[in-house]
Amino acid sequence: MSSTERQLLSGDSAIALGALHGGVALGTGYPGTPSTEILEYLSHLGGRAQWSPNEKVALEVGIGVAYGGARSLVTMKHVGVNVAADPLFSVAHTGVVGALVLVSADDPGMASSQNEQDNRRYAVAAGVPMFEPADSQEAYDFTLAAIEASERWHIPVLLRVTTRVCHTQAPVRPLAQAWPKPTPRFERDLRGRNLIPANARPAHRRLRQKLAEMAAWSETTPLNHVVPGSRQLGIITSGIAYMHAREAAPEASFLKLGFTHPLPLKKIADFVRSVARCVVIEEGDPYLADAIRAAGLTVESKPEMFRFGELNVNRVRRILAHDESPEPARPPGKPPELCDGCSHHVVFQALKNLDCIVAGDIGCYALGVLPPYSAMDCCVCMGSSIGIGLGLRHVLPPAEARRVVSVIGDSTFVHSGMTGLAEMIYNPPPTGHVVVILDNSTTAMTGHQEHPGTGRTLDHAATGKVVYEDLGRALGIEQVLVFPLGKDSADFERLLKESLASEKLVLIVARRPCVLAAKNIREYEKMITTNGGCKSCSATQEGAAV
Amino acid sequence: MKQPVNIILAGLGGQGVIKASDILSEAAFRAGFEVKKSEIHGMSQRGGSVTSDVRFGPQVLSPMVPPGEADFLVVLAPDQVEVNRGQLRPGGWLIAPDLVDPAQLANRKSFNVALLGALSMHLEIPEAQWRAALRACLAPKLHAANEQAFEVGRRAVVAKEHNS
Repeated sequence: MSSTERQLLSGDSAIALGALHGGVALGTGYPGTPSTEILEYLSHLGGRAQWSPNEKVALEVGIGVAYGGARSLVTMKHVGVNVAADPLFSVAHTGVVGALVLVSADDPGMASSQNEQDNRRYAVAAGVPMFEPADSQEAYDFTLAAIEASERWHIPVLLRVTTRVCHTQAPVRPLAQAWPKPTPRFERDLRGRNLIPANARPAHRRLRQKLAEMAAWSETTPLNHVVPGSRQLGIITSGIAYMHAREAAPEASFLKLGFTHPLPLKKIADFVRSVARCVVIEEGDPYLADAIRAAGLTVESKPEMFRFGELNVNRVRRILAHDESPEPARPPGKPPELCDGCSHHVVFQALKNLDCIVAGDIGCYALGVLPPYSAMDCCVCMGSSIGIGLGLRHVLPPAEARRVVSVIGDSTFVHSGMTGLAEMIYNPPPTGHVVVILDNSTTAMTGHQEHPGTGRTLDHAATGKVVYEDLGRALGIEQVLVFPLGKDSADFERLLKESLASEKLVLIVARRPCVLAAKNIREYEKMITTNGGCKSCSATQEGAAV
Repeated sequence: MKQPVNIILAGLGGQGVIKASDILSEAAFRAGFEVKKSEIHGMSQRGGSVTSDVRFGPQVLSPMVPPGEADFLVVLAPDQVEVNRGQLRPGGWLIAPDLVDPAQLANRKSFNVALLGALSMHLEIPEAQWRAALRACLAPKLHAANEQAFEVGRRAVVAKEHNS
């Protein structure tokens, strides 16, 4: 296939292809819906991609790549940016030499997330420029534009996408020829990259200067353009909301914003004045509307009821018609559930039987909150089970404290459970504590990605392996138990009961591979023993053809 | 602007709803249409309700079929028919799971493709593009069973029209 032929690609795949054609040297990230497929596809195309233990580390590796003069792509879901926020805010101050593109995949409507945060706020808070594609072609084009802008202004760039951009397949016409890659090279810049206060103060001024230059660029870039139409109705919009709005009001004039931080406020003011009625159509928070109103311009924003959930064509029609009548509820579908034969059944049966107070975590096992078990008392964010469990143990009356168990999956444990164990050793509750790692040997919820505990890389080759029981012992946990889960919960229930009664600090590694992943895991292991785990030849050939 | 054809495929996680929508969008793309295909991944993979929206035509803007405006609703699981019926426009076509007898299929897992065969009788996508899409989206060892299933679905429509 010639590279100028159109391909049918998801937004995620289009970002990966854009990264490959844009000369990205390394993609890093942590799996999270709807971002996961980006790195998988980059690897499939023959690009270099790695899973990191969490988003913070992924971004830090990306910063190193960009400090080294190469181009870096870092991918995560919206809540992942919370984890990566610490390095993000500071790398905005230091700037970069190569390119650093951070993909934030937001999930309005929370199809697969624990909150509905709108990460456009991060662009403002951290002081980083932001691109918002509306379809797969723009996902490809804007990835390239983001790389270019990052290198031009030496600044990390946010590529903000949403579920319906990530997971919509649409045609993409790629570049005829990929860009050449820069040659990585270290240049010492002691004052630029060491954020001690004396250096950080001028760094902040440099950042604001870059953003001022980019605000001027925002006024002229074709990424922010007017689609002429009726003078009666003008719509200012960005991302997927543009597509819904074009369909809902084909007669309207549009100011379509693809570069949304810093905003082109002069261009926006001209547009607002050019139409009789101007409405801002955006999903999630009133980010655009607030900024435009703060600039002294009169625009309509959506009523609060449309802040929740995704927009669609009908909802945009309602916004334009000032229709705030209750929306018809869709009949409920069948909720997801733990798979037949899933090892989590055994654990949740035991937790239910013992009437445990369960501090849960993020993963398939969050389904333990649903009937028939209803055996999870909280699920907040990645790794939170251990700290929350300890907090409950510290304050509850002893009879209740003794029932508290922290339950965390293997990938989630590597992501951010290790510091929880350090806390447990350092500040042990009087009644002890029990942490159960549900080790199903994969990142199951997001579609079976590898992680540092599997001992295999993103493309399933052999690598170093974090062993939880060794880690627990090294940290000094009094009792570390490995329990191979069977089909029956009685033995596990006995072990759990004894552990709770011991009033010691106990780490139980409850182990059985995910029933959906087990067959593939056996094949990866077989490939590792036969040929050292190199990628299958067919995958490499397919990658070369794209 | 000519409106796109709106199709919703529905079923339960593991039934091949997404694979079917891959094949449909690939066939429409190969036939020269603008195409968008959109669905929610994630929690729904764990046996819950799954739907996928496919829109094709001379121009497609929103990737989601506006609620209540589907021209075709293809449902793989009997208990998902009523859940999704409200997505059909008045006069839209329902392709329900009882149209095809799974016993007629060389491989029951190809039920999704059998219903695509039924859908194909209603769409302006040449049969050659359907067959090319099947081959492009499925592993070679699955081609024979799925081509048979596709044919079973096409014949089911003819039989139903003949009997009615």
